[in-house]
Amino acid sequence: MSFNSHLDTLYRQVIMDHYKNPRNRGVLEGEHVDINMNNPTCGDRIHLTLKVEDGKIVDAKFEGEGCSISMSSASMMTEAIKGKTIEEALKLSTIFSDMMQGKDYDDSIDLGDIEALQGVSKFPARIKCATLAWKAMEKGLHEQQD
Amino acid sequence: MNVKELRQLFPILDQQVNGKPLVYLDSAATSQKPLSVIEAIDNYYRQYNSNVHRGVHTLGTKATDAYEGAREKVRRFIGAASIEEIIFTRGTTTAINLVAASYGRANVREGDEIVITYMEHHSNIIPWQQVARQTGATLKYIPLQPDGTIRLADVEQTVTSNTKIVAVMHVSNVLGTINPVKEIAQIAHKNGAVVVVDGAQSTPHMKVNVQDIDCDFYAFSGHKMCGPTGIGVLYGKKRLLEQMEPVEFGGEMIDFVGLYESTWKELPWKFEGGTPIIAGAIGLGAAIDFLEQIGLDYIAEHEHRLAQYALEQLSTIDGLTIYGPKERAGLVTFNIDGVHPHDVATVLDAEGIAVRAGHHCAQPLMKWLNVTATARASFYLYNTEEEIDALVSALKKTKEYFSYVF
Repeated sequence: MSFNSHLDTLYRQVIMDHYKNPRNRGVLEGEHVDINMNNPTCGDRIHLTLKVEDGKIVDAKFEGEGCSISMSSASMMTEAIKGKTIEEALKLSTIFSDMMQGKDYDDSIDLGDIEALQGVSKFPARIKCATLAWKAMEKGLHEQQD
Repeated sequence: MNVKELRQLFPILDQQVNGKPLVYLDSAATSQKPLSVIEAIDNYYRQYNSNVHRGVHTLGTKATDAYEGAREKVRRFIGAASIEEIIFTRGTTTAINLVAASYGRANVREGDEIVITYMEHHSNIIPWQQVARQTGATLKYIPLQPDGTIRLADVEQTVTSNTKIVAVMHVSNVLGTINPVKEIAQIAHKNGAVVVVDGAQSTPHMKVNVQDIDCDFYAFSGHKMCGPTGIGVLYGKKRLLEQMEPVEFGGEMIDFVGLYESTWKELPWKFEGGTPIIAGAIGLGAAIDFLEQIGLDYIAEHEHRLAQYALEQLSTIDGLTIYGPKERAGLVTFNIDGVHPHDVATVLDAEGIAVRAGHHCAQPLMKWLNVTATARASFYLYNTEEEIDALVSALKKTKEYFSYVF
């Protein structure tokens, strides 16, 4: 049942699946990078923990509160960056940012589930929801690099 | 004038959003503007734009008359004793900050108390947090009842002889609660404190009389009452304003300027440094003319009917939680189980319905309600029962849509 096809471009099945069944939910123990970020205009918040070893993200977990877009994006992001180097993760973040702004983005990398978030670019008011987790990841990795 | 005719005075309402007729239910954020207000601003810029209080020339005199004429309209509108008590500001936030920065810092000492409530908007919290931090005073909160109202017994309990300022909103932008500001003012005065009332959500919707309330300061914004953005008002009792120092210094607000010392103009101009918000004040004056022509009592009654109808209709939706008391101003804040308010607002927008979703600049209240965000539908004189029906039907679709995609 669908009453509005415009909405279907935003609320894709895979997004709802990540919202309902978030991957990597929780907080890492032991030594890790710890990032808290919120969206002050709407109250969404994310607590992201990353385990980085030898320049590689070996584990990632998140907890937080927010809408389906922000929480599913966080779930997908943590899945995507696990096993990636810091550089690869930051590259992915740039691709995601381009995608959100409706720009042409580097499609040589398989984005998997993340591709489903492409529709967000058609809903300008929701772009900040989708990018929250990615901004948190960038902040954590930049701190790690410094 | 019926509501159909009234709607025709608001050009913006006649449009489609996402292929559906616009249903604007976000007037608590900002109201729409009638043609008469748009035209008053347009006329000022087209016909007599000029600086005020200095030009000897004809246009300067016309602009000054219009600007000061707007001040007199505001005085009459809120029942102030004199125009010396009406200060134009950028909005409610600036008005409260003026009181905090001038009266607050000069009169609050270490060990004193400032009392506010859990339901305040950030603009009536943070200025007082700052005064408390800078002076060493304590910030205290009047608790709320489960239905989001304030008990006078709790006000009595919280306000003490150490309290210097009691700051409270007249109407809650989230709960719709109408606070007993007159009684709160009596309790404050009995304890030797002044009362600051945030009137942002009351002034547009009901008859306000500052002398009857007997508040010491009253702040409100033009843009929520059919006026333009960028203009607001601080009312203050003359006796208090006379003692207070300006917070902005420069042109317009001075009497005599020497090399090392200067003196200020008399009230209210000593608080209006720089070229004032001339077009904004003229627009606000036109908004007051408009509201008075429709009648504040009619507006209050119309919104009361809409709010009660909305409460009744929304409570037919399973899994929908409504926040705030039954007896309320013209807004309804709610959540649907399992659907985040941003998602609710996006689905409603796809149906042409504009509501607000988020924390409504009231994070302490959200914490008290134990939610991170809510959706809010707010009504004004141009809204109709049919629009509430559209909201209810779209919310039912939202529920179905999310149960389907899950």
